[in-house]
Amino acid sequence: MSAEIEYHEQVSKLIVSSSPHMFANTSIKKIMWTVNLTLLPAVVFAVYHFGLPALQTLLAGSLSAVVFEALTQKILKKPITVSDGSAFLCGLLLAMCLPPAVPLFVPIVGSFIAIVVAKHSMGGLGYNIFNPAHIGRAALMVSWPVLLTTWTKMTAAVDTTTSATPLNILKLQGYDVLIHTFGSRSEMYKALFFGFRNGSIGETSVLLLSLGGLYLICKGIIDWVLPLTMIGTVGILTLIFGPHGFMTGDPIFHMMAGGLIIGAFFMATDMVTSPITRKGRLIFAAGAGAITVLIRLAGGYPEGVCYSILLMNCITPLIDRYTQPEIYGGRK
Amino acid sequence: MKGLWKIFSKGLVVENPIFVLALSLCPALAVTTSVVNALAMGLSVTFVISMNNLVVSIVRNFVNPKVRVPIYITSIATIVTVVELLLQAFSPLLYKSLGIYLSLIVVFAIILARAEVFASKNKPLPSFVDGFGMGCGFTLAMLIIGAIREVLGNGTLLGYRVMWSSYQPALIMILAPGAFILIGYLVAGFKILNNYIERVKTKRGETV
Repeated sequence: MSAEIEYHEQVSKLIVSSSPHMFANTSIKKIMWTVNLTLLPAVVFAVYHFGLPALQTLLAGSLSAVVFEALTQKILKKPITVSDGSAFLCGLLLAMCLPPAVPLFVPIVGSFIAIVVAKHSMGGLGYNIFNPAHIGRAALMVSWPVLLTTWTKMTAAVDTTTSATPLNILKLQGYDVLIHTFGSRSEMYKALFFGFRNGSIGETSVLLLSLGGLYLICKGIIDWVLPLTMIGTVGILTLIFGPHGFMTGDPIFHMMAGGLIIGAFFMATDMVTSPITRKGRLIFAAGAGAITVLIRLAGGYPEGVCYSILLMNCITPLIDRYTQPEIYGGRK
Repeated sequence: MKGLWKIFSKGLVVENPIFVLALSLCPALAVTTSVVNALAMGLSVTFVISMNNLVVSIVRNFVNPKVRVPIYITSIATIVTVVELLLQAFSPLLYKSLGIYLSLIVVFAIILARAEVFASKNKPLPSFVDGFGMGCGFTLAMLIIGAIREVLGNGTLLGYRVMWSSYQPALIMILAPGAFILIGYLVAGFKILNNYIERVKTKRGETV
């Protein structure tokens, strides 16, 4: 008798449902705020390194993105989902890709383009073809090229001088001048690794950005294949096509310079705009890395991470189509 | 008379060539960087399209249907050449800024479309009115695009400064991507407007 009751109790716990049966305790909200949190160290460092203007730009970018998202959803009579953090993340990433001392309207206009044009005109979160933050940056770059390439070095000290980013020096004056600017090669690597250099607000500290990226990989939010392949492709290609001929390049510099680290860990891995399968991610990342190198070494702009990711975003649906895993029992 | 007004007015909003029929988008992208260019282009096209509709409608009973398209193109090309020479003579600057797009009026889809769809089946007067209405709709669309692009991308309207002095023009609006984005939103706006008109019409139909 008692055995029978036990049996019935067990049966009632078995729920009949269709596959998939695996359950992960994740949500958009959880993922987005985790990503925001992993960016926090780099943000704090940026404010320390570039001073208050950087904080203003970051706040203007992220908060205006939240406001624009709420307004758009209100106008379109959709449920307002600003608390999921995706708009905040978008605005934050956009502001992190801007020079520290831009006028305040620049991050606000950028957030408008990112949220209203690139995200909600496409149908909202999950439907956008392109990474919204990068669309915002690309539009700003086309609209105000002078403001977006004026790098003002601002440290805790008072002195303010306008100087170029490492990639700018490389493009305009060559590799030898670049080494000379930092003193020695090891000094340059140190400056790049810890982030004491000129550049966009959030891109400078390789150390803090990689730590954030590694945390995301451990949490299973991003796939390690994508950043590794992208950074690796850039390293290999820049080593091969060096300034003094075959195999004379400086891959370590190229892997740490510019926006590659933040691009590879936080932009290219965007869940909506990157391929679904691992094989697809490999193709995506290798393509993005190759285009980055092409723009850096042969193109007109000193840095090409933004454009390379946007270009690969275009063909993400195509990659997804050709890397579909076989259905179980599909091939005869 | 009321029939003619109906033929004329449908080109403005309900069947606007650019925003609703989505024909002749090329000039809408290329020559709308300023209001003056847009206006000149719009007026040239209005002239060509109404004149061509008139000619096509007059000759419609003498043309063998098999060779109608070459005949239409010849007629359009003749009228465009007249416009081109006139502009070159009386406004060389405008002629220069419109550039290749002036001669390209010959191949604008909207002109051949109206000749084929309307003028080849209707009497001269309605055909002329139809062409004029479509031309006005085209000009209206060009003016809207041109005005927004010039104000945002250059800070001026018809050459006069309209934005505040510290306004830094967004160059994207002068370049092609800005035009694509803007036309996309304007198409959406006209869709909303036409839906609204439709709703008002059906409501009126019910009450009457």
